[in-house]
Amino acid sequence: MDLAFSKEEIAFREEVRAFFRDNVPPETRRKMVEGRHLSKDEMVAWWRILNKKGWGVSHWPKEYGGTGWSSVQQYIFNEELQMHPAPAPLAFGVSMVGPVIYTFGNEKQKQHYLPRIANVDDWWCQGFSEPGSGSDLASLKTKAERKGDKYIINGQKTWTTLAQHADMIFCLCRTDTSAKKQMGISFIVFSMKSKGVTVRPIETIDGGHEVNEVFFDDVEVPVENLIGEENKGWDYAKFLLGNERTGIARVGVSKERLRRIKELASKVEQNGKPVLEDQGFREKLAACEIELKALELTQLRVVADEGKHGKGKPNPASSVLKIKGSEIQQTTTELLMEVIGPFAAPYDEHGDDASNETMDWTAQIAPSYFNNRKVSIYGGSNEIQRNIITKAVLGL
Amino acid sequence: MDFDLSEEQRLLKESIDGLLTDSYDFDARKKYQKEKGGWSKAVWGKLAEQGLLGLPFAEADGGFGAGAVETMIVMEALGKALVLEPYLATVVIGGGFLRHGGSAEQKAAHIPGIIDGSKTFAFAQLEKNSRYDLADVSTTAKKKGGAYVIDGEKFVVLNGENADTLIVTARTKGSRHDKTGIGVFLVPANAKGVTRKGYPTQDGLHAADITFTGVEVGSDAAIGDPENGLPLIERVVDEARTAMCAEAVGAMDEALKTTVEYLKTRKQFGVPIGSFQTLQHRAADMFVALEQARSMSMFATMAADFEDAKERATAVAAAKVQIGKSGKFIGQQSIQLHGGIGMTQEAKIGHYFKRLTMIENTFGDTDYHLRRVAEGGLV
Repeated sequence: MDLAFSKEEIAFREEVRAFFRDNVPPETRRKMVEGRHLSKDEMVAWWRILNKKGWGVSHWPKEYGGTGWSSVQQYIFNEELQMHPAPAPLAFGVSMVGPVIYTFGNEKQKQHYLPRIANVDDWWCQGFSEPGSGSDLASLKTKAERKGDKYIINGQKTWTTLAQHADMIFCLCRTDTSAKKQMGISFIVFSMKSKGVTVRPIETIDGGHEVNEVFFDDVEVPVENLIGEENKGWDYAKFLLGNERTGIARVGVSKERLRRIKELASKVEQNGKPVLEDQGFREKLAACEIELKALELTQLRVVADEGKHGKGKPNPASSVLKIKGSEIQQTTTELLMEVIGPFAAPYDEHGDDASNETMDWTAQIAPSYFNNRKVSIYGGSNEIQRNIITKAVLGL
Repeated sequence: MDFDLSEEQRLLKESIDGLLTDSYDFDARKKYQKEKGGWSKAVWGKLAEQGLLGLPFAEADGGFGAGAVETMIVMEALGKALVLEPYLATVVIGGGFLRHGGSAEQKAAHIPGIIDGSKTFAFAQLEKNSRYDLADVSTTAKKKGGAYVIDGEKFVVLNGENADTLIVTARTKGSRHDKTGIGVFLVPANAKGVTRKGYPTQDGLHAADITFTGVEVGSDAAIGDPENGLPLIERVVDEARTAMCAEAVGAMDEALKTTVEYLKTRKQFGVPIGSFQTLQHRAADMFVALEQARSMSMFATMAADFEDAKERATAVAAAKVQIGKSGKFIGQQSIQLHGGIGMTQEAKIGHYFKRLTMIENTFGDTDYHLRRVAEGGLV
């Protein structure tokens, strides 16, 4: 038993840290620190820098462009990226559809899509949730009817993150309406530029535009866009969601936010002294840091276990990471609200427009707090995570 | 980075788990509780036979030179079985003072008796108004020729009623809250002027209030520097806190297992109550609390090797906060999910709740340690 990183791992951390320091565009970093939105161009530009370095799809198998890093190295990379902070590679491509394609796709699909994902030539979005299918995802209704060498797709997806930027969508569609819920679903990918695709923005409580409704009206998709086997899409979806959960603790994001809380709390005054010196505030901050330390170690235990015993099935303990990770992220945004106090009120009507900053960083604190309520809802709500623990760990 | 146990550590775990499975079910525990002193000499003897009482001592002193991880393994097992025997007071604390501060003569005089199970120790530290402040010492040790004369009162001394040797904190200089001028003394429990009033504690262990009236000990009774013992006390108490964190993790682990088992077997409305989602989610939250506590217990254990004393202390304080919170939650919810039966002395679950509660209030509760973390450099 040894909690310390090895010399090699520490050297690796230094290398990663130095690369971010020298290569993340300063404007991108500033916007991340202040909780502002980034433009599509800013994100893509950074991801291409990362890809040029060979770190764009770092956790993929080497043959598809991955790095061959150990689980611990991968953990260090993610944490340093989050702490810098810099935008994480686009999850919909790199962490979700990519692994599905290289695991279940055919040779032609691998050769076509994988390099394009790595270089963000295609911006991917996720067509899973529907208005009537949230936590009960398998009840989805979007239909793909086979007509000759095409699927005709009709239906609606929702909560589609950054679909406004997307070139491609991976979509769960019902291909057999007679089969039981989970059985008749297929995993189909297609262009968002296809005729019959309509994207309608959803404005969220922070005033931002991240998520969308996506409508399919007789969208024609070539059958070769099916990934894996027809009617096996649910298995691929489960595989994908399992991959999603391991990175969801976002320890680095919370660490960076705690750093920022301390920085701001040492500047903002209350009763003639910095908020950071207020006993009550310090205790709340300490409580949050302790929870985060525990989470970090829980995360490392899962990572070390993966490294030692192979990834295999997703570790059900990752549900602990999702629950605690999201709670802590939410607590950090609450603490920022406390620091800023009455100055949280001014609302920047143009806050979502990355090219038009009319107010200073204080205007982003409240939206970030409102926006972070999502983290206990998405990626399998925390209640769904409790169901997973109940069944997979406790055997109830 | 590696969270797995080594081969030897795995064997140690098997050996103590095996011993306790054989000799420490809940009925046996009730029996031991009724023995003289409130714990079993026979079990203590078995622990000695398996070498468990000698684990942390250097090989030169007759021990096995084991480290913090080994203590964690043992304490977790003791926590699972709700063991009454004075491992914490004797091996962890008594042994800790001897290992970190004892002279060669003191080690030679006391360690063999701990290892072979013939002698037990107690740490007489708490005073009427000192609460969790280790520097708050009113008991005095006044120099008289070549000897010290100890006067004062100590409270809730774990194993104080049975111990052969007391380790007493007493002031040699300065006034009540001074950080310097505190000494640590080895006092035979049967010394003239020592009065012990023993009683059971809420969790089924035994403690004593002890009065020292003109108790004379030789100058060789002082462990370490009699005028600057606080750093030694802090170090040993941090090890005791760390050991208790592991004990609590064992207790929480078993409390959750017992509760989940109950949810599977207890039927109401014609179905196992574990089929109700509200109870399932409570149990899931208990699992989250347990895993967070386990992580921090490991963190505190590893902190034993930290170079920086302040970092080490902060790590232990942070762990104690997490263990306090998780222990309270798991303890209380274990009772709630058991319903009425959880309220009875007859059911084992309530005894986990009580031990976890007492652990929280020993050597600093959650609020106390949270404040320490908040006032110090933070984690």
